[in-house]
Amino acid sequence: PILEFLPTSISTTMSSGAGYDLSPTTFSPDGRLFQVEYAHKAVENSGTAIGIRCVDGCVLGVEKVLLSPLLKAGSNKQLHTLGPHHGMAFSGWAPDARQLIDRGRSEVQSYEETYGSEIPAEVLAERMAQYVHYFTLHGALRPFGVGAIVAGYDPETKKHALHMIEPNGVQYRYFGAALGKVRYLMLSCAPSRL
Amino acid sequence: MSGAFESGARKGEVATGTTIMAVAFEGGVVLGADSRVSTGTYIANRVSDKVAALHDSIYMCRSGSAADTQAISDYVRYFLASHATEINRPPTVKTAATLARKLCYENKDALMAGVIVGGYDPIEGGSVYVIPLGGTLMKMPFAIGGSGSTYIYGAVDANYKPNMTKEECQEFVKKSIAHAMARDGSSGGIIRLVTVDATGTTRDYIPGDQLPYGP
Repeated sequence: PILEFLPTSISTTMSSGAGYDLSPTTFSPDGRLFQVEYAHKAVENSGTAIGIRCVDGCVLGVEKVLLSPLLKAGSNKQLHTLGPHHGMAFSGWAPDARQLIDRGRSEVQSYEETYGSEIPAEVLAERMAQYVHYFTLHGALRPFGVGAIVAGYDPETKKHALHMIEPNGVQYRYFGAALGKVRYLMLSCAPSRL
Repeated sequence: MSGAFESGARKGEVATGTTIMAVAFEGGVVLGADSRVSTGTYIANRVSDKVAALHDSIYMCRSGSAADTQAISDYVRYFLASHATEINRPPTVKTAATLARKLCYENKDALMAGVIVGGYDPIEGGSVYVIPLGGTLMKMPFAIGGSGSTYIYGAVDANYKPNMTKEECQEFVKKSIAHAMARDGSSGGIIRLVTVDATGTTRDYIPGDQLPYGP
């Protein structure tokens, strides 16, 4: 019910793409990549994902939208393990998320194989962000319609961290992060509780 | 590790027929090596440095083909530097050893290299990893390598004690390498000693006429 009272998306106040929004490899005259902005829209209009970095660990949560009463309970996992000490939640286009999860898993394994120790959370987030970014500068590819919140723990430094990756390929470290429909509500209440 | 690789050398190849050694103590590592580089019976360099720096507190002792081990240490140094920038902290000895082992194993057909990686990192303290010819990786309290090492297996086994101090480790390394240099024709010259701990690295050498043992 709370979703009905959300303000309309701010896209109605933006200028239209008008021919500069057909390909991720075309900038608009005012320096925007409309395809990447539209990818952000896909995330904004999807189910919510939240991550919070606490003093003793990270917590990830997702809004599990029940698409049909015929779906078996417990199926359709929305929180994904990337490695023994890494996991992610996403908001956006589920099939795109599948690809990003697989990439994250393979980065975790290949780092351990090459360097002999577990991948630090910031390195994993950066690798995944670089992968997402790659899809924003190819004519033959479209950007990921997914935002990912990645939590990781490094047994060597004994530190945990929370990162968020956006469809344009940036990633930052956060105390609290939210994606999806109710993100503005969450972001306004979170700081007082942290 | 055996000295058998000597006969596998390519004709005219420069080999570090060698004695190398590394011993870990609680706060760091002592690495040591002789300084003789030979092409057959000709000593190409009598004062070479077989203890290569991979990073501020991580070193690699080299034995086998001089060219192969230089190439390996150069690659590992480069990978380790990029890695240290990426993770924004000093790399671990385990990472340096894993990188070296990957190179040695994946290229085992082309390489003739037996190396010992030793150093200090804040995670594990002092550690020693040995990578013999085929590309195995073994973490050990201490390791010896090179053609001269075959002559001192008994001596090091008899003289090694766990939980030695830095000074005891230095004496242990000096004496052992001196004994190997006395018996192995491919080892000689001076002893190069590198001590790595939390405060930094000290490089030292013992001149050939001041060896603790030998003619």
